[in-house]
Amino acid sequence: MEKVFARTKGLTDVSFSFCPGCTHGTIMRLIAEVLEELDIIEETIGISPVGCAGFCQDFFSCDFVGAPHGRAQAVGIGVKRALPDKNVFTYQGDGDIAAIGTQHAIHAAARGEKITSIMVNNAIYGMTGGQMAPTTLEGMKTSTSPYGRNVSVDGLPMDFPKLIANLEGAVYVASVSVDSPKNIAQAKKAIKKAFQVQQAGLGFALVSVLSTCPTNWGLSPVDSLKWLRENMMPVYEMGELKVTEEVKSL
Amino acid sequence: MEKVLLKGNEIIGEAAIRSGCRLFFGYPITPSTEVVEYLSKHFPKHGGTVLQAEDEIGAINMCYGAATTGSRVMTASSGPGISLKQEGLSFSAAAELPMVIVNVNRCGPGLGGLGPAQSDYFQSVKGGGHGDYRLIVLAPSKAQELYDYTMEAFDLADKHRNPVLILTDGFLGQTMEPVVLKDRPKAPEIDRSWTVGGCKGREKRIVASYSLTNEIGEANNLRWEAKYKDIQEKEQRWEEFHTEDAEYLLVSYGTTGRICKSTVLNARKKGIKLGLIRPITLWPFPEKAFVPHKDRVKGIVTVELNTGQMIEDVKLAVECKMPVELYRRQGGMLPTEHEILDYLEDRFNLSAVEEV
Amino acid sequence: MMDKVILAGFGGQGVMFLGKVLAYAGMGADLELCWIPSYGPEMRGGTANCSVILSDEEIYSHVIDYADAAIVLNKPAYDKFAPRIKSGGVLVVNSSLAKLDNVRDDIKIIEIPATDIANEIGNTSIANMVCLGALLPNLKLVDLEKVEKAMNELTKKKPELLEGNLTAIQKGISFVKA
Repeated sequence: MEKVFARTKGLTDVSFSFCPGCTHGTIMRLIAEVLEELDIIEETIGISPVGCAGFCQDFFSCDFVGAPHGRAQAVGIGVKRALPDKNVFTYQGDGDIAAIGTQHAIHAAARGEKITSIMVNNAIYGMTGGQMAPTTLEGMKTSTSPYGRNVSVDGLPMDFPKLIANLEGAVYVASVSVDSPKNIAQAKKAIKKAFQVQQAGLGFALVSVLSTCPTNWGLSPVDSLKWLRENMMPVYEMGELKVTEEVKSL
Repeated sequence: MEKVLLKGNEIIGEAAIRSGCRLFFGYPITPSTEVVEYLSKHFPKHGGTVLQAEDEIGAINMCYGAATTGSRVMTASSGPGISLKQEGLSFSAAAELPMVIVNVNRCGPGLGGLGPAQSDYFQSVKGGGHGDYRLIVLAPSKAQELYDYTMEAFDLADKHRNPVLILTDGFLGQTMEPVVLKDRPKAPEIDRSWTVGGCKGREKRIVASYSLTNEIGEANNLRWEAKYKDIQEKEQRWEEFHTEDAEYLLVSYGTTGRICKSTVLNARKKGIKLGLIRPITLWPFPEKAFVPHKDRVKGIVTVELNTGQMIEDVKLAVECKMPVELYRRQGGMLPTEHEILDYLEDRFNLSAVEEV
Repeated sequence: MMDKVILAGFGGQGVMFLGKVLAYAGMGADLELCWIPSYGPEMRGGTANCSVILSDEEIYSHVIDYADAAIVLNKPAYDKFAPRIKSGGVLVVNSSLAKLDNVRDDIKIIEIPATDIANEIGNTSIANMVCLGALLPNLKLVDLEKVEKAMNELTKKKPELLEGNLTAIQKGISFVKA
């Protein structure tokens, strides 16, 4: 019999430990498939952050380095500068990359560091129990904004990929979602492009993936996807936010 | 062998180059800046990379990343910058990464000043960041030692898979002295079976420090503890100066360590049997140096550029068997050889000793 | 044997360079030495000083409380460092810019109108070298020959500076011998 589906070689056989309905698993599988398709599993070093995303180091089948909270890009740059021929990617939550690690992300982009960053945006700090993140939506309830994010106190949510897209050294920036089969396919394309950019040595690439956190949002997995579509997608600019001419011709 | 005249900070850079280090991540801060400047100028000729990071935190984490590949890597900073690096240092110690960190100590706390100080002793020898870990800390006292100890720092870091800190100050950093550019010592056999770099032909590797359970956490702590004990056993280093018949001892390191040598000679001219123990490793503290002296010596003065930090380690090393006093200057001031002797004579009533 | 020398003046008067000439002279003679800079608050226009220790044995303390010799290129430098000379030591004063008061009688003071002499040579900025010339016969461990070698080394990249500097040193030497 012909085998029509197999587990990607980009993942180990360690079972995902995420909450039911969490889309981390989907996003990791997309990255793993891309690594396999580009045949770079053995030539790649991943950088894991602190937070739920940090568990990724056990699931991917490539080498991994665990970074301090927010420092994934800096750590990745250290690896890349030591091993310029290898592929380096960071896998970070929105709090990791867009709050405590903002300076590293911005300067990695500004310098055009030849690494790939995947940002998983679920608008909340998941692992620590659902606190407000820089990406938490206006009015959204979290454990540190129990009455809803109050703009006069907490400010507005931050569209981080848009910020990064402004920097010269960021050559590919996309904001995608994994809420539907169609969007999952789009997301994979963007992730693949972000790795190809690195292989071609063109500069910094960032893909932000909107993700769910059913546990901390207090919603069922299906309702979470609906909530993401109805509430997050209108706030965060979606699609390819920056594609330089060089990247287009890849 | 080639002999050159360079500033202390530049010597550190030259030693890094000759140690085979090819990666430097840093952020400029006075009085350590000549290290990054020297390397920016000379590293490219040797195929090395200097990356000026967005901040101190970025720099130490770049070192962390580079070290996971088994590459020799260095950073340099001063006081406030070293404070910012502490999180990264804790992670580096936990992930057991070899790297060399230079702290050209400026006086603090706060912004402080640029003058020489030893106010970062506690921070250096007690770990410095969160968690229970140790850095190997070397304290040079002259330009030749800045060169020699920097070379040795890379080997010690590799040998023990541990960050090594070179604790110096702006006075040593700015002073020019002749230095013999000795060849690199034969590098120790290095185990690279833990490094990342692509898992071709082997199992994947993870370099990280998270302990998922308390049991794993304790096992990790016990393993690190055993390593630190091993380092304490094997790597204590110190210099003794006229200690054979000493009735009194000065204990001092770095800049003040060398000033104290002049004090010792002056004291001996006056008939005072004074000696000096100059710790070279501040961690592990050279407690072995005190063993032959602790039942014999009548009194000790530690000479420090702080409110009295190393004195605690000295008291422990001699088990408080004799009075241990402190002579200190602060805020960037240095003691002269004479004022140290005046203090010693005053403290131990030695002025009656006849001149010989 | 040891020469502990303090060099001081306004920033821009070539104080650091003066120190480097002495340091390189020591280097050429295979002496132990330290060159220790200490700038005033401003890099230009403030007071600048540095010290050089030359020795034929290992230098332990490199903190100079009392120097064997000093060159002071202006009045503030004289006021600050004249008390820091050992009894019996030597002080070279640029008398073009420093009129002396409270003169110590336990040290040898050489007053030399270095800026005027430099101007006669046609380069006001080499007053520092005129003073060095005046100091040289009073140093134990370096002499003219060693200083000339050092000067050759230090002016390699700007050879046009060599002759003027050497002339200035000679003028300084002749002044004290006269």
